[in-house]
Amino acid sequence: MNFGEVTLGHYLALSLLLFLIGLAGVILRRSLLVVMMSLELLLNAANLALVAVGKFHGLPDPQVAVFFVITVAAAEVALGLAILVAIFRIKRTTAVDQMASLRF
Amino acid sequence: MRWVVRSIVRFASGTASNRKSSQRMEPFFFWVLAVGLVASAIGLVVFRNPVTCAVCLVVTLVMEAALFVTLEAFFLAVVQVIVYAGAVMVLFLFVIMLLDVKEEARQSLPWAKVIWVVGIGGGAVIGVPRIASVFPGAGQALHWGEGKGGTSAAELGRLLFSSYGPLFLATGVLLLVATIGVVVLCRKDPEA
Repeated sequence: MNFGEVTLGHYLALSLLLFLIGLAGVILRRSLLVVMMSLELLLNAANLALVAVGKFHGLPDPQVAVFFVITVAAAEVALGLAILVAIFRIKRTTAVDQMASLRF
Repeated sequence: MRWVVRSIVRFASGTASNRKSSQRMEPFFFWVLAVGLVASAIGLVVFRNPVTCAVCLVVTLVMEAALFVTLEAFFLAVVQVIVYAGAVMVLFLFVIMLLDVKEEARQSLPWAKVIWVVGIGGGAVIGVPRIASVFPGAGQALHWGEGKGGTSAAELGRLLFSSYGPLFLATGVLLLVATIGVVVLCRKDPEA
């Protein structure tokens, strides 16, 4: 069984692909919940690229950056879901195209 | 099957004599995880039921944790599973349960947008290997057990509390502010 060698380019390509899928989710989906899940996908794509480059250079610093990204993402999800719940109480929907009250 | 298990055990036990067999395993693990990762990510975007999407996201996050292991970021793999696949996903599922979110309406798919995204995305996917190979050193193989090390939890902790100490403290403040913000946002009647 031979799959060739795994290079840094493989990991970066995978990260890019993951980012594109997440971006498609953010643009296409209408449910705010799923849009937020796709945002997590974007953050994870960046994390994967960071860890791969950190391994490539033999440095631990990118992993510290990923650690902070995970923390900030957790805070972001908590706040985003709180806003979602607050909006749901008023509008009774989670569809993003229904949330245009700030548009003029 | 047996040599798969054997080389996992050998890799985990960290013996130096396994260089050859672990190098044979690297691409196998990478491709299995990569295909699973992309498939579950596409599932997240495609499925209509939010619970299915959440399950897809959990699978994606766990697959990525496994990829972190192949990159020897063991601590991050554990944090990924505990914080992301654990805490964050529980939050998502709680909100899905709380709001009783229904499936998205079937008729209102924005077809113009879909065509644009699939077109541009398809072009980008074809270009992905080319773009990734532009990065300096992209062709260099990443082998298990090589490099300077320094990715252990102890080393990370030392960095976190020395050169990244102020940032670490700022993260604590951020989490506190987020918690207070959530409580304020979700109060039933702020005026009363």
